[in-house]
Amino acid sequence: MSTQPPKYQQLRNKLLPYVIVSPYLIHLCLFVLFPVAFSILLTFHKWNIIAPMEYIGLDNFRHLFQDRLFWKAILNTGRFLLIHIPLQIVVALALAYFLNEKILMRGFFRATFFMPVVISGVVVTILWQQLFGLETGLLNRLLSGIGLARVEWLSNPKLSMASIAIMATWKNVGLYVILFLVGLQSVPKSYYEAAEVDGANAWQQFRYITLPAINPTFFMVVILSTIGGFSLFIEPYIMTDGGPLNTTLSAMLYIYKQAFGYYHMGYSTTLGLFFALLIMVVVAVQKYTIEEKE
Amino acid sequence: MMKPYKAILFILLTGAALSFLYPFYWMIMASLTPEAQIGELAFLPGQLTVDNYVLMISKIPIWRSLLNSTIVASLSTLGVIVFGSMTGYALAKLPFRGRNLLFFVIIFTMTLPFQITLIPNYILMVKFRWVDTLAALIIPALNNAFAILLFRQAFKSIPDDLIHAARVDGCGELRIIFQILFPNMLPTIITVGIITFMSSWNDVLWPLIVIRDEQWMTMPQLVTLFAVGGRAEAQLGVKLASAVFLALPIIIAYSIFQRHFIQSMASTGLKN
Repeated sequence: MSTQPPKYQQLRNKLLPYVIVSPYLIHLCLFVLFPVAFSILLTFHKWNIIAPMEYIGLDNFRHLFQDRLFWKAILNTGRFLLIHIPLQIVVALALAYFLNEKILMRGFFRATFFMPVVISGVVVTILWQQLFGLETGLLNRLLSGIGLARVEWLSNPKLSMASIAIMATWKNVGLYVILFLVGLQSVPKSYYEAAEVDGANAWQQFRYITLPAINPTFFMVVILSTIGGFSLFIEPYIMTDGGPLNTTLSAMLYIYKQAFGYYHMGYSTTLGLFFALLIMVVVAVQKYTIEEKE
Repeated sequence: MMKPYKAILFILLTGAALSFLYPFYWMIMASLTPEAQIGELAFLPGQLTVDNYVLMISKIPIWRSLLNSTIVASLSTLGVIVFGSMTGYALAKLPFRGRNLLFFVIIFTMTLPFQITLIPNYILMVKFRWVDTLAALIIPALNNAFAILLFRQAFKSIPDDLIHAARVDGCGELRIIFQILFPNMLPTIITVGIITFMSSWNDVLWPLIVIRDEQWMTMPQLVTLFAVGGRAEAQLGVKLASAVFLALPIIIAYSIFQRHFIQSMASTGLKN
């Protein structure tokens, strides 16, 4: 090493960082930057991968705005989010609030609530398809056991998406319990002690100490579950294939069908791009609202 | 003595825990029950049978898919740890032109929804002739922006003196990363390892897109297609047996390393 000329050393030291980051750079160009550029090109074309690409100008966009099924799928996804996110926050916050007490078997409860998070969505969906069953499903057997009417969880078009939102909440809530728990534990005990001295009751303590303190966690949970919810795919794919009457057709499922059912590469890419921009706008608006409030 | 308030909380939490545990318990029991009796099963089957598993294994190459999933998830994880730590090290400890730009590009790619790149990446796989090979599942997954940021953070907290001393001793940068610094950052490696392995192991959308040939399918993909296709012949027990088979490796790993799982996966949320 010491016999090498200093100039060579210098050049080597200058180039070395680039060599070290090169595996990432190559990957970035190939699987991120190129696809983004290529997807913009594709939106102006009609292509089924096999035949040559055909330039069609803005037809894909025109088609997108007239595609009633796509807008229905967007609305379905929105409806899913509107049920799923509030439900998830209420359940996660309640469970985290209970777990924040010194209580027997706390670790066991925590681990149990978290279990569905690590298990494949495929398993959870196959299981819940059974739980939702009309005649022999566990939920309906439970309902009729206590004298209530059976519910058409998946076959009633008005209920189907809500049922999937319930299942998604059951699957993901454990993660948000942990996040809220971390938030709750960051509140200094002395705040509560002071409030108790001042005669604040449990609700007042929750409302004026706990809620403001976990505000950051609260919004993080909203953003994380928004991003996750927009990707809703495998649950309706396995459970309902988008039915009944396309009420559980999520945007991602529709894009998947356009791309890999019909091989409309140009059109499905246009949908993907549009949908991704929509996600980014929604998340940006959420982030903006948070910063405003803080 | 428990206070009454705490006793109520305990009962509520037990009820919640049952609503998570009982469905899994039921699923395992149902997969061991003869088809005709699943409809009435509540706690214990009238008779236990492994017929559902025997039938399932004879219908789909589940062992093969277990092997595929293991290979794919292991190699992806290895790649993300090796390349992620290299890039993270350069960002944290090596001055070079364009470093800030690269950092912002990485942040930018993290905000990019995957829906943009999904279809163009499929086309890339077709052009590379990687469709129906494990390369399509592994190579695009070898780098991960979030892992790079975690490693960057971890390297930043390591004192420069340690690196200078190693350089004086004649260590190359790669040896510094993997031999000198790695033992000091086990928590980060475990976190990145668990997150990457789990997301690869549980991914099903990408395999559905690039793998059509049954012998290269991952386990969640094979089970998905088995559940939606006609081959389970509407037999619930067989479907549930495949789902239990898919869940079992993770349930076992989780019951041993649950603390690590929870910490790692919660950190994805906390650090965003």
